[in-house]
Amino acid sequence: MLNSLIHQSFKKAKKENRPVLLTYTVAGDNTKKKSLEILKSISKYADICELGFPHNTPIADGGQIQTSSYRAIRNGIKINDVFTIARKFKKEKKNKPIILMGYYNMIYQFNEDNFILKCKKSKVDGLIVVDLPYPENKVFALKCKKKGINFIQLIAPTTSRSRLKKIINDSHDMVYYISMLSTTGGKLKVSPKKIINEYQKIKKIKKSKNIVIGFGITQNTIGSLKKADGLVVGSAICKEITNSIKKRQNPVINVTNVVRKLKNKII
Amino acid sequence: MKLKKNIPLIDQHDRQGFWGGKFGGSFIPETLKKPIEDLTEEFHKLRKNREFIKKKNYYFKNYIGSPTPLIKLDNLSRHLGGAQIWAKVVSEANGGAHKIYNATIHALICKAMGKKYIVGDTGAGYAGKMLSMAAKKFGLKCKIFMGAKDIKRQKPNCDAIKKNGAKIIPVYSGSQTLVDAVSECMRYWVSNCDNTHMCVGSTVGPNIFVKICGYSTSQISKELKIQLIDEFNKIPNKLKLINCVGGGSSAYGFWSEFIDYNRNQVELIGVEAGGPKKSKLHAAPLSRNAKIGILHGAASYVCQSREGQIHETESISAGLDYPGVSPIHCFLKDTKRARYTYATDEDALEAYKLVTKFENLNPSLEPSHAFAEAIKIAPKLNNETILIVNSCGDAKKDRDILKERLGKF
Repeated sequence: MLNSLIHQSFKKAKKENRPVLLTYTVAGDNTKKKSLEILKSISKYADICELGFPHNTPIADGGQIQTSSYRAIRNGIKINDVFTIARKFKKEKKNKPIILMGYYNMIYQFNEDNFILKCKKSKVDGLIVVDLPYPENKVFALKCKKKGINFIQLIAPTTSRSRLKKIINDSHDMVYYISMLSTTGGKLKVSPKKIINEYQKIKKIKKSKNIVIGFGITQNTIGSLKKADGLVVGSAICKEITNSIKKRQNPVINVTNVVRKLKNKII
Repeated sequence: MKLKKNIPLIDQHDRQGFWGGKFGGSFIPETLKKPIEDLTEEFHKLRKNREFIKKKNYYFKNYIGSPTPLIKLDNLSRHLGGAQIWAKVVSEANGGAHKIYNATIHALICKAMGKKYIVGDTGAGYAGKMLSMAAKKFGLKCKIFMGAKDIKRQKPNCDAIKKNGAKIIPVYSGSQTLVDAVSECMRYWVSNCDNTHMCVGSTVGPNIFVKICGYSTSQISKELKIQLIDEFNKIPNKLKLINCVGGGSSAYGFWSEFIDYNRNQVELIGVEAGGPKKSKLHAAPLSRNAKIGILHGAASYVCQSREGQIHETESISAGLDYPGVSPIHCFLKDTKRARYTYATDEDALEAYKLVTKFENLNPSLEPSHAFAEAIKIAPKLNNETILIVNSCGDAKKDRDILKERLGKF
């Protein structure tokens, strides 16, 4: 999938000597309309947009993303709306990659094949499934590849060396490295320096593989992690939406400001 | 889909961890892959280790108080007419419920793995209470995750948890019951798996937790088999084993030794929580035909929306108030080895009233669901039929609910 939009984003960023910025927002947070507006607006600064399809029993998400997910579900988001948001976004931003992210039960209920087909029709570029680990995800990942959709493998600090090699070798255009033992949005309990050290060890396995770091990245820490191929910010953005609602301010403007500042720290 | 003979049901899964090819598995975040692999390896080692088995038997006998009594409920049987009703009074175990078996085994595993911290979920508070007891006994630091709604309705058990020196972490997300407690506990483990062991309180969760819990509670049916032979000189020709089912740990424990028997001889009846009579909500995924879904790392029948959002459940009994169920019970349902039905809140309360009126027994609201089924079917059966109910919990924890609903305790 060397001509995929995801791959191209990394190529472009490398030329500019900076990491790729990935954002994560929850579809339907705080409304369907607003989440599409947020997505469009932040994509001015974000290189790749991750869009969460919310689940009400998330076993790997911290407080901020849980709050966003529950809010979106309460406001009526359905899985078909998630695809609509993605499709509308891609209609305007043809070259901006979008990755859907969520839990396997939603895909299972939709039916794996139908889900992938719907992704394809909505021009979704990639998929992250939090609770479908390697090697159980091999069949599903292959199905995605056949339809030109990137299945993004996750690796963690607990992943063994031999497993790392297998996962990286079987992966598509991008691998997601979980920075620390934590749910999403936890406070960085490891220094950025240590994270980068670990990261570089992993990179050595296959230098050409694009590996991004996520979990616990904020405006304070993003600058010191910019040696990575890409950096994901999720909870800090979800938190901004929550705060904007509390202060009765427009989340689109506030979130865009946050993403702009994040981008400025890594260029 | 077929059951195998002479192999414990907990071991009848395929390489990916599925029973019957579709129930169970390990749907877990990458971070937990390694800790779960380590735990799996350790458990398989310990199971075969003579020292560990000796230790287990020692604590089951001297700490838990095994075997728990099997008693005939003469008055209740006479009142209802028909089948003989017996009770396996598992609530006589140390702490007052079957949860002590799983808690003890997990504490022993935690020690063996050199971890100092142990965390667990709880609904009715028994899993939490027992884990806090076991943690205290074996010198482990313990945290218990519990839904805020359950903390209110099961106060006596919360007091016990605190007395044992464990910390209760209230969970305010979602429905504030067991389902949210399990999620939060898993999230905590994701963040702390390097030094902390997690105990899942029932035969649910990723494959290995189903196995450990089933291994622990199977003690109940091992005892029962010996007691039946003592009493009847053989396994009776018409035997029905009735058990409530939330996650399904006590039911599996009560049945495991009897699964190989012909179902005409030993019928296995699981009773789920039907919720309030007038409510649409329930916690009965098996008997009310929920779809298969993935919850807390395993595929099972789950109360959920068409899209896969987990439904809120409702039941008077916190211990059964869970939208999923053990994959091994799904397997027993689909192979038709066990029959599953449900009792409503009202049925359970009526059963509690009747049992306590005639017998010197105080079953909690969970086994009261099982008694409701026994009371329903006993009059239709002959005196040769032996009905045994697993009275797996004591009603002390339900003091406040019983006072409110029945005006007395």
